[in-house]
Amino acid sequence: MRAGTAAPPRLPPPVPVRLPAVRSHRLGCGLQVVVAERHDLPVVDARLVFRSGAAGDPPAVAGRAFIAARMLDQGTAAFTATRLADEIETLGASLETHAGWDSTVVALHVLAPRLDAALRILAEVGLRPTFPDDEFERQRSERISAITHERHDPATLAGKTFAAAVYGPRHPFGAPLGGTTESLSSLGVADVQQYHRQRAAAGNAFLVIAGDVDGDALVPALEDLFDGWGEMPPGDASAGQADANGGGPAVIVVDRPGAPQSELRIGLPGPPRRTDDYFPLLVGNTILGGAFTSRLNILLREEKGYTYGAGTRFAFRSGGGPFLASTAVFTGATADAVHDIVREVGRMGREAVSLEELDRARRYLTLGLPQHFETTGDVAERLGEVELFGLGAGYHEGWVAQVEAVTAESVADASARWLRPDALTVVVVGDAEVVVGDLERLGTGEVHVRASG
Amino acid sequence: MSARAAEAGAEIEFEEHSLENGLRVVLSRDDRSPVVAVNLWYNVGSRNERPGRTGFAHLFEHMMFQGSANVPEAGHFAFIEKAGGSLNGSTWLDRTNYFETLPAHYLDLGLWLESDRLGWLLPAMTQAKLDNQRDVVKNERRWRVDNQPYGDWDERLQAMMYPPDHPYHHSVIGSMEDLDAASLEDVEAFFRTYYAPNNAVLSLVGDFEPARALERVRRFFGDIPRGPAVPPIPGRTTLPPVLGAEVRDTVEQDISLARVYEAYRIPAYGTDGYYPALVAAYVLAFGRASLLYRTLVRDRQLAQDVVAYAFPIVVGASMMVSWATARQDVDVDELEVALSGQIEALATADDADIERAVALIETRHLLDLQTVDERADQLSMHATLFDDPGRINTELERMRSVTAAAVRSFAEQYLRRENRAVLRYVPHAGAGR
Repeated sequence: MRAGTAAPPRLPPPVPVRLPAVRSHRLGCGLQVVVAERHDLPVVDARLVFRSGAAGDPPAVAGRAFIAARMLDQGTAAFTATRLADEIETLGASLETHAGWDSTVVALHVLAPRLDAALRILAEVGLRPTFPDDEFERQRSERISAITHERHDPATLAGKTFAAAVYGPRHPFGAPLGGTTESLSSLGVADVQQYHRQRAAAGNAFLVIAGDVDGDALVPALEDLFDGWGEMPPGDASAGQADANGGGPAVIVVDRPGAPQSELRIGLPGPPRRTDDYFPLLVGNTILGGAFTSRLNILLREEKGYTYGAGTRFAFRSGGGPFLASTAVFTGATADAVHDIVREVGRMGREAVSLEELDRARRYLTLGLPQHFETTGDVAERLGEVELFGLGAGYHEGWVAQVEAVTAESVADASARWLRPDALTVVVVGDAEVVVGDLERLGTGEVHVRASG
Repeated sequence: MSARAAEAGAEIEFEEHSLENGLRVVLSRDDRSPVVAVNLWYNVGSRNERPGRTGFAHLFEHMMFQGSANVPEAGHFAFIEKAGGSLNGSTWLDRTNYFETLPAHYLDLGLWLESDRLGWLLPAMTQAKLDNQRDVVKNERRWRVDNQPYGDWDERLQAMMYPPDHPYHHSVIGSMEDLDAASLEDVEAFFRTYYAPNNAVLSLVGDFEPARALERVRRFFGDIPRGPAVPPIPGRTTLPPVLGAEVRDTVEQDISLARVYEAYRIPAYGTDGYYPALVAAYVLAFGRASLLYRTLVRDRQLAQDVVAYAFPIVVGASMMVSWATARQDVDVDELEVALSGQIEALATADDADIERAVALIETRHLLDLQTVDERADQLSMHATLFDDPGRINTELERMRSVTAAAVRSFAEQYLRRENRAVLRYVPHAGAGR
């Protein structure tokens, strides 16, 4: 037996977190710039973020923000798409453009000595995209082709079915971010170009730069690069949000005959990012399904052996977004796993979590904070979130205290508000013939079966 | 270390030690962030499995998280998560690694947990734990392979590229039958054979004082006895440099987009001949200026996506794998001809294409080295596979010194019909959309 070192080491008290020093500056054109210098490695991450994303797409034009983002580097005033890819990659850099629900991002990774040239391209992509017809057609048909594949991918199919069921046909969150065959087919290049023009303004964007840069020297260079950018968008960019109207709780089975596993998605509409319940829900979610040792993963994986893993998360978009439990279980375990998840989600609001669980979750989050600031890409992303959601200067400095202030009562209270078991929608992508009988006997809700094709 | 990389400040300093029980220890101080990465590579992977026990090395990795003499069941994860750490393990053809990243002043916790399962795993093993993790792994296989479009491609390609008596012939995840057959006796035998300090490398990277860290390593690992000599890798471990004849297979699946995989035998990872292959893969499919993206995705619109990479594996020969997913309604034969044609055309690639690939590799390499866990994993890898952790600093120069002529000559020699396996996935005949 082990002598001397058999007992676990005592952990010394936590040390204060070191966070990057951040400087903000508003350029003459109105663009907000956030810089975090770090000189340990000659790398830089830059993110130009527009405060507009797919949440502004009504379902009939789903995919508009997605395609608009993809079009940003498909031709600009100075470059064709091919030339632009060649320029950026010859610098050894990568430039990616993508839309999320709340933002559209141009993300650059580059070695510091090549930053100036790469930033010129980033500004070109942000300010002067030209939306060529042929590139638009290519992007659109590529996306439509990808959608035909997604019907055969159980995980994607489950996610889309869940979103449609929870948010319904009139809410942007009910349609896929990347659009549907129908919405994309009726989308024109003029729609996408107008969408971008109405949103691409200095006052609707910000730029985050993290890494091996000289902030003082950088600002004048940025003034030149973004000189003349209009501050306000020329048109009305408001989206108008519909209420979720998914039609209440239901159990939906998407039939894949012979499937060896069932993909499960169980959840309901959740709160916006700036909810007062954010920290209690963050801690509560860590206990429920946000860590390996969370209740659901331990139960469904380590105790029952039903799955390779189970987890939960709140999307925390500006305008809400779902709470979602996800797992894939072997077919025979489907109904029992659904039962367990529904019970565990509901229990969060009914009973206080144990102090041991609370302590572990808070420590997991607070002590883990430095790992979220390890790379320049991490830093740029974290700072971008603060700016996008308006979390305020000093947000990360106060983060540990906010997590530590969460109590068992505040977790139960917030959970009771947001994790209502009677409002859950259950989506199962699996073999209907095997799973439907058991799901009906659960009595969670009426079971609807659909074909997957 | 090249002058350029040294100027760039990317040189990683480390020291190397060896305990009396054979454990190799690599220490690299890195105070950029108050964290520490604890990383162990065991020189055992699916290549060491015996017939009838495919998937066992990976199943065993799962058992390493089930507690040991002084760590309760599920305690490993609980201890680390309670300390704000992240952790995992992974099994591949040549190795099994275990790693956690912790606040730097909790280094002892990582060392205690890793040493307890290396020294005192077996007292905690039970049939119930094995049965549970067998179920978990079977679900992992269903999730990754059986319920996933194209999910069995690596299993199929390995079987096509390596002869039945070669240790890479079978997949890491293994077969359901072999997983069912695994017993508690297998767990014990595997542990006694491969999980010994003399078959492992421990790398620590982070904010610590190396002399003190070494003292802590000795304290926690020093009492673990050296194990017996590790048996050689079973089966045939040398291979002819090229396949000799094209190998083909076509699989019908419940998919709507066809996909073509092509694998080419290439020199083993770490040999001089490997690096032109690595650069070639970047020239082919890394970025949107790459050859395959430009031609198949952009210009001809035959493909939805393209991928190419060289496997970093060391026994006998490695492989470069490339795939292209067909656009809707594109004929699989047309896609295959176009893919092969572009890959073969690498033999006449422009210098500019190759220089661009090298620039991308350089950036990627430096970005990867930003995290302590990646640094630790690379140190462990180079120590385990090549007995030289210093390769973390010379690897970039190996890639940079690949000339355009070397890539073209590699392509001419290896990227040919008689050296490839072609695996095609097509929608079920008569399947609707």
